[in-house]
Amino acid sequence: MTAYIVRRLLLLPVILIGVTILIFVMLTQLSPTQRASLYVSDVPKRQAELDRVIDQYGLDDPVPQQYVRWMRTILHGDLGWSKTGKEPVVRVIFGHLPATIELALWAIAPILFVGIQLGILSALNHNKLPDHVLRIFSILGTSLPSFLAGLLLLMYFAVVLKWFPTGGRLTPELQRLVDGPTWNSVTGVYTLDALLNGNMRVFLDALHHLVLPVLALSYLNWAVLLRVTRSSMLETLRQDYVRTARAKGMTENRVIQRHARPNAMLPVVTISGWLLIGLLSGVAITETIFNWPGIGKRFIEAATNLDVVTVLGFVLFNGMLLIIGNLVVDVLYAYLDPRVRLS
Amino acid sequence: MTDSMESAFSQKPPRATAQIEDLALPGELGFDLQEDLAAVTVSDTSRGWRRIARGLLTNPSSLLGTIILTSFAVIAILAPVIAPCPVEEYPRQRVYCGRDAYLVPKFGHSTQPVPPNSEHRFGTTVDQYDIFYGVVWGTRTAFKVGIAITAAALFIGLMMGSTSAYYGGWIDETLMRVVEIFQAFPFFLAAITLATILRANPRFQGTLPAVIALIAFSWTGYARLVRADILSVKQREYVWAARSLGAGDFYIIRRHVLPNSIYPVLVVASLDIGTIVLTFAALSFFGIGVPDGYADWGQMISSARNRIPSLDKDWYIVVFPGLAILLFSLSWNLIGDAFRDLLDPRFTGSKA
Repeated sequence: MTAYIVRRLLLLPVILIGVTILIFVMLTQLSPTQRASLYVSDVPKRQAELDRVIDQYGLDDPVPQQYVRWMRTILHGDLGWSKTGKEPVVRVIFGHLPATIELALWAIAPILFVGIQLGILSALNHNKLPDHVLRIFSILGTSLPSFLAGLLLLMYFAVVLKWFPTGGRLTPELQRLVDGPTWNSVTGVYTLDALLNGNMRVFLDALHHLVLPVLALSYLNWAVLLRVTRSSMLETLRQDYVRTARAKGMTENRVIQRHARPNAMLPVVTISGWLLIGLLSGVAITETIFNWPGIGKRFIEAATNLDVVTVLGFVLFNGMLLIIGNLVVDVLYAYLDPRVRLS
Repeated sequence: MTDSMESAFSQKPPRATAQIEDLALPGELGFDLQEDLAAVTVSDTSRGWRRIARGLLTNPSSLLGTIILTSFAVIAILAPVIAPCPVEEYPRQRVYCGRDAYLVPKFGHSTQPVPPNSEHRFGTTVDQYDIFYGVVWGTRTAFKVGIAITAAALFIGLMMGSTSAYYGGWIDETLMRVVEIFQAFPFFLAAITLATILRANPRFQGTLPAVIALIAFSWTGYARLVRADILSVKQREYVWAARSLGAGDFYIIRRHVLPNSIYPVLVVASLDIGTIVLTFAALSFFGIGVPDGYADWGQMISSARNRIPSLDKDWYIVVFPGLAILLFSLSWNLIGDAFRDLLDPRFTGSKA
């Protein structure tokens, strides 16, 4: 197993550099004029300005030279200027990260608990009514795009039933309170900050605004997790050691708790890892629909406005997170699976 | 893993005793040994197309999927009949669907969507695009986009994966690193990124940026799958048997390896068509996939983005195209699942 980890770690820089190269290649698809015009408004009249920008930033230089220069600025933590955000890209990312983290954080527990439990329930009731219902739910879930789900949730629960707000993180008056001077903004995660500030109103309001977005984020993961857990569980229940346990006279409950579940969880752990990593990128659509001011929403805005610099900066950041996250999940899986660990 | 399987392909299996071909020349035994052995060692596939079709139609869920998909196909083919461009009654539509059938007719300039009535069967969007026309012609777009992207990604993946698996060594290593780099990006965000960059370039217009972007980040899945399948099939007995009879590399690939490796790939491809259409709908929903006013389901829904507080009155903008997306994707999922169940018990090579 250590050989595996070492190999992955050695390949890590290769992949990271490869990722930067790919992104840079995408950037060079734009001509120097186009790249300069990202920073110069009213292009036709200000040709001289354009040329100055091209000269100043060396947009005409040979590609490898530009790449090296670009890498140097990246490593200094400068991801460029965001046209849509009107501030440096890094500031946009880290400024909006808490909102996304809050959403993702609150989604983790529901996704894992509900998804896995439903999967187990489905497997234990193999081919009976609960199983059929849940399988229908699973296949419907994977056929429904998340923007549609978000819209439908809003349409029914927010507009028709009026049980939940139509978007945003807080009601305007509480938002003013949070933005104001009396509020101690420690993390930027409103639910956490509310507890730290001892303000239950803000806490409950934030939760109230979280319900629908979390639901929109979760249903797709439930559908996937349900299916994976179900098939893994069914596979495990067929194993010989389960038959032995039953033959020994163990109660069905103990068989499930002691033998079936722990072993069935292995592939579920990997899939869950990937799903959770995917959360950070999956929020983009949900954030836009629910008007949630996170990095996903900013990303989509930048993309719609052809703000290439912001888009590339985000995708670089996200890509790095994903690579590291995947590495962690893979190592975790290799560690958890006794077959791999002891080989 | 590459090394051990490499040897299975490039060396003859170890000879324990004298082989039968040492004893007999063709004809000497009274029958053609070569031919009979070849017939027996042909891949363990009795999965004829007839069996697949039968399996598809007997299973209730896949039957449902097939019916839904066929209906969509019929709608797509008959689109000009079901939703013709009303150029005669509304000459102004010459600019829209009169020019290009995929441009949805627009009825006016108000920003108030019109609910379903006798004139507009599904109502209009916020910008007065006829939803019925959009949904019907959107079926064609969905098929075109889904099949084109999946086919292209499949083809590229097949080429890369089989090259990687066949040659092994450093070619394999490099190609797999490239695949990893592409897969390091979250699929949806990466597709948006590439589509945005291509859109900024005036040479790429229309649906091209989104299509290229989606292909660019989909081929990797197929490459890995094909490579894994070929590597695992290389080790099967019938390949060794064919080898021992003196079959050449290309013959083995063509006759034994490819037919067996391709089935799981087809399963994934059919499931993918559904997912690709979903992703494409999401892209057009944000205005990144197709130009404004194009006949695409996601595009039809996009005008609802700014009307969320009044979604109960403007429900038709979301529901009709949304139902189309849901049913289309559902049918492909059902069919793909049925394919997988049909092929899976006999095929353990897809997990290598």
